[in-house]
Amino acid sequence: MLDVETINTYYGLSHILFDVSLKVKSGQVVCLLGRNGAGKTTTLKSILGLTPPKMGRIRFKGEEIAGEQPFRLVRKGIGYVPDDRRIFADLTVGENLEIAAKKAAGREDWDEEKVYKLFPTLKGFASRRGGFLSGGEQKMLAIGRALMGNPEFLLLDEPTEGLAPALVRSLGETITRLKEAGLTVLLAEQNVKFTLKLSDYGYIIDNGRICYQGTVKELMEDDDVRKTCGI
Amino acid sequence: METSQGITLAALAIHFLVGLSRAMILFIVCSGLSFVLGVLRVPNVAHGSLYMIGAFSAFSIFTLLGGGAVAFWAALILAPFVVAIVSLIAERSLFKHLYQREHLMLLLFTFALMLILGDLVKIIWGAQYRSIMAPEFLRGSFPLFGASLPRYNVFLLIVGPLVAIGLWLFTNKTKIGKIARAAAVDMEMVGALGINVSWVFAFAFVLGCFLAGMGGALVAPTISITIGMDHDLIIEAFLIVVIGGLGNMWGAMVGSLIFGLTQSFGVLFLPQFAIVFPYTAVVIVLLIRPKGLLKSVW
Repeated sequence: MLDVETINTYYGLSHILFDVSLKVKSGQVVCLLGRNGAGKTTTLKSILGLTPPKMGRIRFKGEEIAGEQPFRLVRKGIGYVPDDRRIFADLTVGENLEIAAKKAAGREDWDEEKVYKLFPTLKGFASRRGGFLSGGEQKMLAIGRALMGNPEFLLLDEPTEGLAPALVRSLGETITRLKEAGLTVLLAEQNVKFTLKLSDYGYIIDNGRICYQGTVKELMEDDDVRKTCGI
Repeated sequence: METSQGITLAALAIHFLVGLSRAMILFIVCSGLSFVLGVLRVPNVAHGSLYMIGAFSAFSIFTLLGGGAVAFWAALILAPFVVAIVSLIAERSLFKHLYQREHLMLLLFTFALMLILGDLVKIIWGAQYRSIMAPEFLRGSFPLFGASLPRYNVFLLIVGPLVAIGLWLFTNKTKIGKIARAAAVDMEMVGALGINVSWVFAFAFVLGCFLAGMGGALVAPTISITIGMDHDLIIEAFLIVVIGGLGNMWGAMVGSLIFGLTQSFGVLFLPQFAIVFPYTAVVIVLLIRPKGLLKSVW
């Protein structure tokens, strides 16, 4: 579904990503592991066009998408959950979901009801401003908001960051459920245990370079690789 | 020098209401300026020019249609749309490319645009004083406490709150209004939800300018329409938006009321220093609350 080929991304003059390549097949949960500042967020932002890569190619469903505007990519079926949540603080929970709503032909249609069913906690807060939610609730809202766009492919950036352990567990179940519903996920995380439980395939990124890749089994067994890559 | 001996309760009430109605016009113009500031982050110095174009367009439509009551209503309704079209052209051809620039650049750019629009107005309408007349039933005045309140001011007192309600409904009840509020805070994330922010910005800009045009059309029967009215207004408008809280619609309302009322009472108490009062009020507000009275979106 997604094919990233040797992309190089810069913030101004500083070179952040070096020849990053990764593949995500339809229906898979693929993880991108790395410590803080390794380049996970930049990779996701490069895919969505928020920080377009200077070089390299990105193909989504066979179509070249590098350099396209983010809103067009979202319309093509990519959903994005940023690591810092970026909930619209002045809008209510319901409004946050409402403005993200998009019809998608031939796919399961998400609506506010379904999001509330997935995250029952949010339902009670429907008319509360997004800025008054806790970090965990905002995380749920950010995921729900991305789902409202009916994506086929979800970019999930550090969903467990700052969450209580109980919430991390239920988030894991949520992601599994989404996968069962047919969603393809690229998951950027630091939490190795949580991530490998969910994933089919994994990449490890450090200093802006992919330093290892393999199936979950290979990643689990190869402690050395994980240590050298700093996670 | 007039003294306070001559000030009766009736005069106070009248000045209060006149100040209030002037505040309504200021509010309509400033809510537009504030909306553009809030959503697009553009300090649009040319906002006053669009207000002026609104007034001149109202004059042209009014004269073109023969100057009756129908002509008046047509002018009032159509002039804001003329301004909307002008602003849409400006947005798509110029502003669109400049949103990412720093504020100083935007200030310089909109200042230049103000000069250009000012000259265009001079070329099209000339430097004469123009005026339009409200229809019969909006002329004259109502008796009030033994004094008289111009009917047109009463009309403004009705229109102002209607515009406020309309704006509130727009920003809180329509999807595009909600998107505009979201874009005011985080336009990149709005784009990451599949929304074409460029058109949201165009819409917000045109709406803001529409309000400037509406203010210009509404003020037209009460003043001499002439070049230079843009300069007078834009300074007041920026002060109002700043003391109210940048980008906050209710802030624009509060700021307009402070400005309109202090000006009106200034005329009553110390006419020769009337102009000092609103500015003093601005200074006091900024000393107490440097970021404006209500929450700023900046």
